[in-house]
Formats: sequence, structure tokens, C-alpha cells
Amino acid sequence: MNKTFTLDGREIHFETGQTIMDAALAAGVYIPHLCHNPEFAPHGSCRVCVVDIGGRQVSACTAAASEGLQVDSSSEAIQATRRAILQMLFVEGNHVCPACEKSGACQLQAVAYYTGMLAPHFTHFFPRRPVDASHPDVVIDFNRCILCELCVRASRDHDGKRVFAISGRGLESHLVIDSPSGLLGDSSFAAGDKAAHVCPTGAILPKGRGYETPIGERLYDREPINIIGDVRAHEEEVV
Amino acid sequence: MTTNLETARHPETLKRVCIEPLTRVEGHGKVTLLLDEDNHVKQARLHIVEFRGFEKFIQGRPYWELPVLVQRLCGICPVSHHLAAAKACDHLIGVDRLTPTAEKVRRLMHLGQVLQSHALHFFHLSSPDLLFGIDDAVAHRNIVGVIRDHPEIAMQGVLLRKFGQEVIRVTSGKRVHGTGALPGGVNKNVSLEERDLLRADIDRILDWAEKGVQLVKRIILTHPDFHYRFATVDANTLSLVAPDGGFELYDGGLRARDPQGETLFDHVDDQGYAELIHEEIKPWSYMKFPFIVALGPEKGWYRVGPLARVNNCERFHTPLAEQERQDFAAAGEGRPLQAALATHWARMIELLHCAEAIRELLADPDLQGTDLRRDGRLHTTGIGVLEAPRGTLFHHYEIDPDGLVTRANLIVSTTNNNQAMNESIRRVAADDLDGQELTEPLLNRIEVAIRAYDPCLSCATHALGKMPLELELLDADGHRVGRLVRDSDGSVAS
Repeated sequence: MNKTFTLDGREIHFETGQTIMDAALAAGVYIPHLCHNPEFAPHGSCRVCVVDIGGRQVSACTAAASEGLQVDSSSEAIQATRRAILQMLFVEGNHVCPACEKSGACQLQAVAYYTGMLAPHFTHFFPRRPVDASHPDVVIDFNRCILCELCVRASRDHDGKRVFAISGRGLESHLVIDSPSGLLGDSSFAAGDKAAHVCPTGAILPKGRGYETPIGERLYDREPINIIGDVRAHEEEVV
Repeated sequence: MTTNLETARHPETLKRVCIEPLTRVEGHGKVTLLLDEDNHVKQARLHIVEFRGFEKFIQGRPYWELPVLVQRLCGICPVSHHLAAAKACDHLIGVDRLTPTAEKVRRLMHLGQVLQSHALHFFHLSSPDLLFGIDDAVAHRNIVGVIRDHPEIAMQGVLLRKFGQEVIRVTSGKRVHGTGALPGGVNKNVSLEERDLLRADIDRILDWAEKGVQLVKRIILTHPDFHYRFATVDANTLSLVAPDGGFELYDGGLRARDPQGETLFDHVDDQGYAELIHEEIKPWSYMKFPFIVALGPEKGWYRVGPLARVNNCERFHTPLAEQERQDFAAAGEGRPLQAALATHWARMIELLHCAEAIRELLADPDLQGTDLRRDGRLHTTGIGVLEAPRGTLFHHYEIDPDGLVTRANLIVSTTNNNQAMNESIRRVAADDLDGQELTEPLLNRIEVAIRAYDPCLSCATHALGKMPLELELLDADGHRVGRLVRDSDGSVAS
């Protein structure tokens, strides 16, 4: 029997056990998200997929779909909440889009454009974070980490390595690497690991390959994210 | 060569005149004049009041970011920084020769850059002084006045610049701050459609470039006494030259000549620049003062940019520019032209050369090649040198074995011209202002001298942590009662 809920006035079919995000994506309806990746267990941490259900704001990637729900994902109020979340993400790290090699193929940037965030609003934290280039093939720029934990989940659940974890609490939360020196080069990480290919921003990148795709041909130069989808779906094109 | 107006003996007894902001230049700067009670000029200095920090904050960044990151030094000549950094990165990854397509795409990008920058400077910034005279009313002496009185010239200036920007867009993806050059090559070629787009306009551009040279030549030769005297200082000259001594903007050997045109050094590998050129730091300026080591800081300062390049080269390989160069050289009567205002003439000859060279390159099928990039083995030092619109530009990077920048030194064109600009304003101060009641037109003469160099003050103040400071405490009678000096290494002494 077909079960449905309503998303922005549109009827969405779902299977038992699916989340609102799962069902929406299966129906080809875009709900902006950063920490969600259907290959991994939902995380609900970035909150960018926030939707309104009867006056309650929930994350679409963790909320179970159920019969007859009325879900608002595109009202100005919801978009404003998403913009505020993105504004905070941008100032907590050092996201310098004009010089970033991920620009044009960055999910954080693309979601910001989609929600109408065109300039920073809050005061920048300007945290001092290093770049870890100790690995021969991959560089980690902690300035661009948004703590989505996709690399943590990929390394643990797919690669079976647990190279990454989040340490600290609240504003002190940060990505750490499981190696004696704390450096990626001393860990068991390999360029072929799933964890090397799931970052939605420019925090984990192959070394020495930036800017290879000309402006105008980058992933989100072609179509906005609600049309073309996540970076992970086009990994071979953007890496 | 050097005047004695850099530092007055008793500044506390003098009155101060400040020209701030300097107008119709790129970036922010000011000039201070110290005058005695009879209006005799005792001190004249060009100060740069911007503060940047690129050399510091790129430390710790991956080397392959440099061409895109460092170009943000400037919004007018970002391509120069983009390409100088890319050339340095070529050395960092051990690539000493690009593929033909990569080299030609980069050269095309650079020609577009020099063309648009020169057009911007001549038509938008300097033509009001040249067309209307430097004493013209300030309300009229600007680009709006040019548009009103000489609409055809103004329109040509706008469209020349637009064409240069289109060349940049085609080769780097954007008109400003693109991403075309990569370490070891480029990320795109020039498609046939893009080539044809540029070709459609190039003959008209060339025609306007020729008219521009004739215009400035006519202005200068109509009043040669004034134009050859004004702000003129004898200077050493520095530029890149091609292996045959010809004009070169993208890649060549370093050549320096003294004010008489005698060779100081020639065809020196740019990788050895640090042994030839050092920089002096003065407590009153954020901008450093480079000099030729062999001559020392007093006599070793030099001029770069169009005037230096056209004086220094033996020929242009493009025929129209070469014909104009010969007229230019003849005006010097066997000696390099040292007139600051002749820089405008040289600049327009260069613009003509760029238009000719772009036309030539657009006919080259290598632009459509698909072999874009080479790879090599990582080195720890990379130096990239080229001729930016305003003169010789040095980018020098050192990286650690992981590929992160540990040290950077950038000597930009305007910094190379620092002492020459200061000497030119002192010449104007001594010749035109000394003993006069200062008026706006007289003060504009100082700015006209600076404008001739087309300084980019944003580019020139990129250093951080090297600024020495001198603090003096004076009593009511001007006697010094205390002094603190912070040296360039950060140490403080009394």
C-alpha cells in the first residue's frame, strides 16, 4: 500500500523506515543538506536540512516519514533558519571562497547560494587552524572543516579504520586524527579510502590538483545544487 | 641622481603640507611636504598608507594555491601576480619548460593583462592631465571631462580595456581573478569559438592602439621642453629582455643599465635575482626600497616599467611597435629618455605591441592544443619573475617537503619604483613648488609625477612584520627628550 506525506504541497510516497530526506530525494525533491549522505547512517548534526512539521522544526535527515505529515521545506522562515545556520558555519571556520580550490564544486558554497546567503553576516571567529600536508597524497585543511563527521563515519563504517574522530566539546570541538603524532601522514589513511572522498567542503583534498577544472565548467557552474545534486554524486568529475 | 629632500634637518620648525589621498592612482597613498616660512621645500616624501600582509599569511598554505591566492593582492593586475606565482610554482614542481599550448595561453593572458592595464591607466587616469594640461581646473580634469570633450578617445579607452579583459576571461575563466595558470601549465586552452570572438575585434583594437601612440607622441613632442624636464630624474633601469635583447614581458633575462645606457648586468638568470637586488627599509614608509647590490642603496635604486623596458630593449619583434620605438629612441638622442612623462609614450608603445602580439598569437594553432600540463619532482625553492604592466615583478617562495609555504618574498613593480617616484616628486618640489604659494594646480604637479609611474599602492604594501618604527618625544621647543626605535627584526632600542 502506498503511504504518502506532503512536502511543500507535493505528495511524496515513502516506504516504512524511510526518513523525510530519504523519501524526498527518492522522489527527486531537493532538501538542502551537508552532513547527510545516503551511504551512511543519518547524523542530524549540520541542521541545514531543517524542515517545519506542524510548527516543530526537525532535521529531515533524521525525522521518520509518516502518513499524512505536512512538511514545509521552502517557506521563507525555513530558508531564513538555514541561512542563519550557514552564516554560523561560515564564520566558525576560515572559508575563503575566492582563493579556495574547492570553489565552484563545494557543497557548502552551493547550499549557501541555494538558500540565498551571498555574504557573511556574523563576526568572523578567524580561528587559527593549521593545514596538515603530511600525507603524500591527501591534504587536510582544518580551516574548512564543518564537523559534519562524514569522514569519521566513512573511515569507521566503510573503511574499518577509525582514522578520524571529533574531540572537544561545543566551540572547542575539532577533528582529530588517530596517529601517534596526530598527523595524517602517520595514520593508516590511504587516498583510496572512502573517507578521502566524502568531504562536502574543501577540508580533505588530493594534493597538488587544485583548480584543474576551468571556471565555467566546475560542478556548480553548470547547474545549482538542487538540480545537479551533491558533490559525492559527481566525485570523479570534481576530484 | 639623488636629491637631498628626503629628510629635513629640523622638521619640527617646518610647516607641513599633505596631499591625501593621491587621486587617479591605484590604491591609497599620500605625499607630505615640509616647507620653511618662505615656502622653500625642505622635505618631500611619498608615503603608502595601506597595510597588507600577504607574505605572512600565505605561510602554511599549500603551494598550488599560490597563483590563485596571491593574485588577490591586486584587482588591476592580478594576472601578473597569478602568472608570476605560477612561474614560481613551475620551479617548485621541477618543470622548466611548459607545453607549447600552456606557454602560449599564459602569454596571451599576460598580453591581455598589460593591454587592459595600460588602457585603464592612460585613458582613465592620466589622459585628463595630458589632454587638458596639468593646471586645468580640477572639476574638469578627470575622466568625465574627457568623456565630454573627447568622447571618441574616452570610448576607445573603455573598449581597449574591455578587449584586454575579454582576453583574460577567455584564458582564465574570469575577467578578474580567474584560475587559468596551474603549477606546470594551464587548465584550459583557447577554443576556436573563443579565438574567433577575440579575432572579430582585434583589427579595430590595433587601429585604436596606433591612434593612442600618435596621440601621446603628439602631446609630448608639441611641448618637448616641458615634457622632458618635468619630474625628470636620471635613474638606472631594470627589465627583462629576450635572449636577442628584444622586448619581453613574460620570460627573459634581467638587464640593468645606468642612466647613460651603459650595461650594469645583462641576461642574468632571474633565479639569481636575490644576489643582484636587495631591499632597504626606511622608518617612514611601509614600502621597501630595492637597490642593485653592486651599487649600494644610495646609488643603486632603479626604475622599472614601460620607460625602463622601452629604453632597455633593442627591438620589438612586432613591426608597428618597433617603428614607434625607433622614434622614441631617437628622441633620447643617443641616451635613454629619463623624462617621467615619457613613460606615457612608452606605455602606449607597449599597448600597441600587446595588440600586435595578441593578433599574432590568435593565429597560432597551438592555442587549441590539448597538452596543457607537465609534472616534475618537488623542489623547495621557486622564483617567478615577469614584467607586470608597472614593471619587473619578483615572486619568491620556499616550501617544506610537504608542500606548505614556509617563506615568501614579493618585490612588486611599484616597490621597485619607490625611490624613483620619490626622486621625481622631489624634482617637482624643487623645480615647480619651491618658494611658491601652494595652490591646487601646483600640488597636482606632484600627483602628475607619481601618476606617470602608474603606481599600484595596494600591491606595493604586501609585507607584514618588517616595518621598522622610530618614535621621538619632543618638548615644546622641538628638542628631543626621548627616542625609541623598533628594528625590522622586531627588536626595540632607545
